[in-house]
Amino acid sequence: MDSTGIHAALRGRFDTAVGELAPGPFEASIEVDASVIEAVCTFLRDEEGLEFANLSNLSGADYPELERIQAVYSLFSYKQRHSITLRVNADRAAPVIPTVEAVWPAANWLEREIFDLLGVEFSGHCDLRRILLPEDWVGYPLRKDYEEQPDYHGISTVRESLLTMKRD
Amino acid sequence: MQAFLDTLLGDAAGLERQLGYLAGMVVFGAVVVFGFVLPFAGIVTWAERRIWARIQSRVGPNRVGPFGFLQWLADGVKNILKEDIIPTVADRPLFRFAPYVVMVGFVGAFVCVPFSGDLIIADLNIGILYITAVTSLVVVGILMAGWSSNNRWSLLGGIRAATQIISYEIPASLAIFPAVLLSGTLSMQGIIGEQGAAPWQWHMFHSPFTLLGFGLFFTAALAEGNRTPFDLAEAESELVAGFATEYSGMRSTLFFMAEWGNLYVIGALVTTLYLGGWQVPQFTYNPVLMNLAQVGVFMGKSLACVFFMIWLRATLPRVRVDQLMAMCWKYMVPLAMLSVLGTATMMVALPNGSHTLRMATFAVVVGVVIRFAFKVRFHLKRARKLDYTSLSPGASQGLSS
Amino acid sequence: MSVELEVHDSQGLATEEMTLNMGPQHPSTHGVLRFIVKADGEVMRRAIPDIGYLHRSIEKIAEKVGWHGFMPYTDRVDYVAAMACNQGWAMAAERLADIEVPRRGEYCRVIAAELSRICSHLLGVGAMGMDLGAITPFTHAIREREMIMDLIEELCGARLTFNYMRIGGVAWDLPHGYVEKVSHYLDHFEPVIEEFNQLLGLNRIYVKRLADVATVDADMAIAWGLVGPNLRGSGVDFDVRRDIPYSVYEDFDFDVPVGSGEMGTTGDCWDRYIVRIREMDESMRILRQALAGIPEGPVIARVPRNFKPPVGDVHVKIEAPRGEQSWYVSSDGSEYPHRVHIRTGSFTAMGIIDRLSRGLMIADLVAVIASMDIVAPEVDR
Repeated sequence: MDSTGIHAALRGRFDTAVGELAPGPFEASIEVDASVIEAVCTFLRDEEGLEFANLSNLSGADYPELERIQAVYSLFSYKQRHSITLRVNADRAAPVIPTVEAVWPAANWLEREIFDLLGVEFSGHCDLRRILLPEDWVGYPLRKDYEEQPDYHGISTVRESLLTMKRD
Repeated sequence: MQAFLDTLLGDAAGLERQLGYLAGMVVFGAVVVFGFVLPFAGIVTWAERRIWARIQSRVGPNRVGPFGFLQWLADGVKNILKEDIIPTVADRPLFRFAPYVVMVGFVGAFVCVPFSGDLIIADLNIGILYITAVTSLVVVGILMAGWSSNNRWSLLGGIRAATQIISYEIPASLAIFPAVLLSGTLSMQGIIGEQGAAPWQWHMFHSPFTLLGFGLFFTAALAEGNRTPFDLAEAESELVAGFATEYSGMRSTLFFMAEWGNLYVIGALVTTLYLGGWQVPQFTYNPVLMNLAQVGVFMGKSLACVFFMIWLRATLPRVRVDQLMAMCWKYMVPLAMLSVLGTATMMVALPNGSHTLRMATFAVVVGVVIRFAFKVRFHLKRARKLDYTSLSPGASQGLSS
Repeated sequence: MSVELEVHDSQGLATEEMTLNMGPQHPSTHGVLRFIVKADGEVMRRAIPDIGYLHRSIEKIAEKVGWHGFMPYTDRVDYVAAMACNQGWAMAAERLADIEVPRRGEYCRVIAAELSRICSHLLGVGAMGMDLGAITPFTHAIREREMIMDLIEELCGARLTFNYMRIGGVAWDLPHGYVEKVSHYLDHFEPVIEEFNQLLGLNRIYVKRLADVATVDADMAIAWGLVGPNLRGSGVDFDVRRDIPYSVYEDFDFDVPVGSGEMGTTGDCWDRYIVRIREMDESMRILRQALAGIPEGPVIARVPRNFKPPVGDVHVKIEAPRGEQSWYVSSDGSEYPHRVHIRTGSFTAMGIIDRLSRGLMIADLVAVIASMDIVAPEVDR
């Protein structure tokens, strides 16, 4: 099924909670309201003819000027050999998106990664801990306004470059 | 040995005689241990590395001495000079003591290991029983090392070693029986004495049952010696270094010396029990020449076994611990029973043995070995055909122009 | 991470669960991985992966170094098969800016990527034997790998971190006589795979260790996001190169090996092993076709030095040796990428290990890690 068909199926079920179809350079994307993401994903996975059994990627990006953090779900169906991208926007001040861990177990780690690096809270996630960074790291490094702490457990994080070091 | 001492001591009696025996034994024991056992363990490490290197298309140690032969000495010196680290949380006395227990268990076996018709420290009348008993001491040492290190990998390694060695003691001991039954003695020299110089006179070829016994004993001995495919106790990729994880310097060297030295013990036992020991045809009445020939034959057979074990280690992957146990209890123990009972039945049915059966068994084994040799030759030839040098930078330039 | 000891009773005996800390320094963790193994004797109750020891902030670095400048960093994403990461990044940027790569450039990419794939699989299957205690196959694999490294070195001057591709093509054309040299090598390599498989893959002990261990069925593999050889080992007939063709893979005729449970159940460790072995054969087929059909022409398109792709984002999927690599690249129209995210094969493969490890033996965990061909830098990036 092509992306217009997928979009039509979603529109038929979820009405305006699903946004317009936006054509992209690689695959078309659909904006989905955060509140229905889990239902949308379950629908996409289970509906005959859609069968998106695989969450192939879950990324996120920070858009400070738009005051939002966007999670990007890239879905793929091995049976139908089609793909679709879902976009979910969250408020940058307190980003919360319901988890889709129950739909695809692969989401468990991918969501943890987004939580770790962008600070999106996936509500309902069974094990939302930092995954790449240490547990007690401060801040979310992939946010555009991230500022590194000057030290971590007494270890300085300042890199002194020989080129910029001042000479006495 | 005793006879030799008797001639030396002349007509001394009582305590003097006992002290004389003791001194003689200690001197000869020391000669064997420091002149043969320990260097041999070192040389086996060198040989193993060289043989592996050949098998694995590598060079191997070749810097220290001719063909890197002195590598084992260099390694020994390095290990002695290294710091002996004892973890703070370790059980210090046990931790320090464990390597010596292992060494005692290993070196103790040499009391009864024959070298030739006359060269043996003590030809005990329960020789083979003594060896199985004293080599079990190794388990105690390994378990001590594993426990006292206070490291979970060491503990797992120690427990694995204990279960494995104790379990395989049973098929190993059972597989000794056919040879003992045939010889009617437990003495090492006695067992060898019952066999002949010609291959078909060896216990191995007495009947299919003894052939089975030989295979089982060899396999079980491998497992007792912690050798691949049964090297679970120090399985590097699983348990880091097993019971030896926390050891460093000379103490860890002692463990590995015992391991490599054990190869020779296994080889010597197999040779004694099933491969005819030091038996050579009576070609001269000069005892020195005769003994030299016997030493040569015995060492040759034992070293062939050692080579085979090194070869196996370079070829086979490691079994899993449950497979190891299943193999022992489900297959090897019943088969060992069969081997013992079969041999006993054969002895009752044919008290003088059957020459035809002997020759038939021998022919079958020779056939298998020849078939195998041809296969090896085929692969060696094929391997030579591949030209590994034509792609090196210099050669490849010639190719392109 | 807090791990509590559970005390429970089995048959009236009080037993205690043992917590083993496998890694970050452990001989078989392929880099610095850490597993918190909760074991009951030799049987694992769980093995909880704890990753991040090799996290080098590559995605953050991308936002600071610019489009061209990021290329050398992609080598470090998966340093065992750096060519694939090069290609993923180059393709993402090209698709954003709508650049067409010259055909000779694409052929060079395919040649380089397939050589790199053989390299990576050789290391993967060799290390798998090593982890199961067979030391010889590893050195045989490394011997062959060295030869391919020589070939790649001739191509791009590096043996590990290649930095061969550029946005718009490749950095250098094939050196003089390269086609003959690679063909010559392939003639040599073809029987070696068979020999290797005879030595390792069909060994009874090896088969017993891997067959029916850690079986992942097709549905589970898809739901957990396994990709590449791990997915195909579970019997899913999917290869990005064939099914979502990129570069010039459409020109080539090759099969996609799929695990079929020859030695046990479909999707067990042995299937994942044999898929890798057969994939090397297929890579050789592709290489031979690419070498025969390489067209003349430039190898790199004209790309401005001050590369600024238009605003937008792309998802690019490529078939890396460790499975489909999914690149999410977002551009805000500036000379720096806005966001780069790499979903790698090892990452999801690590995710499933907690689930797979329950009830296996400790020795099996090593086999599972090895059969998934997990490479730590690729997990952490």
